[in-house]
Amino acid sequence: MSKIIYERPVITKLNTGISNKFGTRTEYTPVTDIDGVSVKSIIKEHGSPCFVISEKQLRKNIRSAQRAFKTRYPKVQFAWSYKTNYINAVCNVFHQEGIWAEVVSGFEYQKAIQNGVPGNKILFNGPDKTTEELKTAMENNSVIHLDHFDELFEVSAMAEERKQKTRVAIRVNMDTGVYPMWDRFGFNYENGQAWNCINKVMANEWLDLTGLHCHIGTYMLAVSAYSIAASKLCDLAVNIKSQWNKSIEYLDMGGGFASANSLKGSYLQGADIIPTIDEYAEAITSVILNYGFKQNELPLLILETGRAMIDDAGYLLGSVLATKRLSDGRRATIMDFGVNILFTAFWYNHKISPAQEFSHHTEDMVLYGPLCMNIDVVRESITLPLLSKGDNVVVHRVGAYNMTQWMQFIQMRPRVVMIDEKGEVHIIRERETIQTLEQLESMPKHLSSFEL
Amino acid sequence: MKKNIALSDTGFLFNPSTGDSYSTNPIGLDIIRELKDGSSPKEVLKFILGKYEVEESRIEKDLGDFIDMLKSFQLMDNNG
Ligand SMILES: Cc1ncc(COP(=O)(O)O)c(C=O)c1O
Repeated sequence: MSKIIYERPVITKLNTGISNKFGTRTEYTPVTDIDGVSVKSIIKEHGSPCFVISEKQLRKNIRSAQRAFKTRYPKVQFAWSYKTNYINAVCNVFHQEGIWAEVVSGFEYQKAIQNGVPGNKILFNGPDKTTEELKTAMENNSVIHLDHFDELFEVSAMAEERKQKTRVAIRVNMDTGVYPMWDRFGFNYENGQAWNCINKVMANEWLDLTGLHCHIGTYMLAVSAYSIAASKLCDLAVNIKSQWNKSIEYLDMGGGFASANSLKGSYLQGADIIPTIDEYAEAITSVILNYGFKQNELPLLILETGRAMIDDAGYLLGSVLATKRLSDGRRATIMDFGVNILFTAFWYNHKISPAQEFSHHTEDMVLYGPLCMNIDVVRESITLPLLSKGDNVVVHRVGAYNMTQWMQFIQMRPRVVMIDEKGEVHIIRERETIQTLEQLESMPKHLSSFEL
Repeated sequence: MKKNIALSDTGFLFNPSTGDSYSTNPIGLDIIRELKDGSSPKEVLKFILGKYEVEESRIEKDLGDFIDMLKSFQLMDNNG
């Protein structure tokens, strides 16, 4: 008689009377492949953990975002927020779809240039731009988004000295009814600072006020905040027209649209509560269209959408290292990925699926990462099948911020692969090795040897 | 294993002294049945090895864990 396939014995207490508000969860439906490529084969070839980007999903997101805006407004331009994910292959998918670059550091600026983005299609944001970087941006005719008066004065002086017409935009912060207010970047609308900055720019013959910019926050659930922001930028644009007879070339509404991830502490699942991209588009474009611009003077609408474009095109594959029982009886599962590479686990309760079939029996558990640190918790509480050492899982919606904010701490960073639209798998970022890291270090001579 | 625990073929357990109920998977059911019949953990281990496709080191760990859970749910006396 052949033996029965083994499954770990499990027993769970039934809580009669307290039924799950959301009915049966599908979280533990296995995900055995991504875009037709088997998860196990990716892990076999590229190791575990491993990030996976779906080019198909990425292009789909980009196209539907463009469609949502372009069907409502005549002049729309997206700019890819590099910090969301600046792996070159990812950036180039965006650029192939006609999207510009939005960068917040000299390093990101260089990446955009090296990827082949023309200088005049790079928006240079952020509080930290060195003199050298500003000079390069001026030479390339990029738009410098001014963040503070110190920067305005530096750029003004440089433009005058170099006698170089310089394109600038002004980052405006404002009260949109959403708190905390992001007032640390740019110039404030309500207290007149933004208008003051506008006047200073307009008074300088070498500065060309090209655009007005805001980025009111991230993972914004209220579309009304975008209506308010759009009307405040429009108000400034109309005033610039009436007082300086200058038509602003573009209004840049920044990023901040929510992705379908569930925020920690939120009772509801992200996918059930986030506005659609069409709702954001409607809120923004209807304000601008109705503001009273002449048809031929409608500003270009720029969007720097980050997470909503890429989150659900990114997956993290991982494996179970061990399972154990905590002192209070809870099951703990230790994964080979933690907050070191899944930085967004600090904000989100990521959806995690097993990558192989299981029986319908499940367990509540805490998911830990591999770091020898108490902070390394991937999920405080999750219900999954009876995972055992060596089993694989798929973490969903990890495309935004993880592959840029990951830290090289205790572990090295893993490979990133992209599945193209034909189902071929390409390495787009190699895993780090000890050589990658050691080449940055040097040893003072007197420390080069020891005896133990 | 406490003698008064009620056990169904589909893996439901009922503890009449506390009113709590539990659910277990088929292998858990096998283990509980063996324990109820008075088998020692060692004998249960042998039984499982004979019936399921599993390495001894693996079932040893999982069985220990399972018995700890039975104890923590007070379905089993601490002396086994
Ligand atoms: C200026 C600017 N633009 C765009 C973004 C992208 O934001 P999100 O990923 O929320 O769309 C950010 C991120 O914080 C930002 O600071």
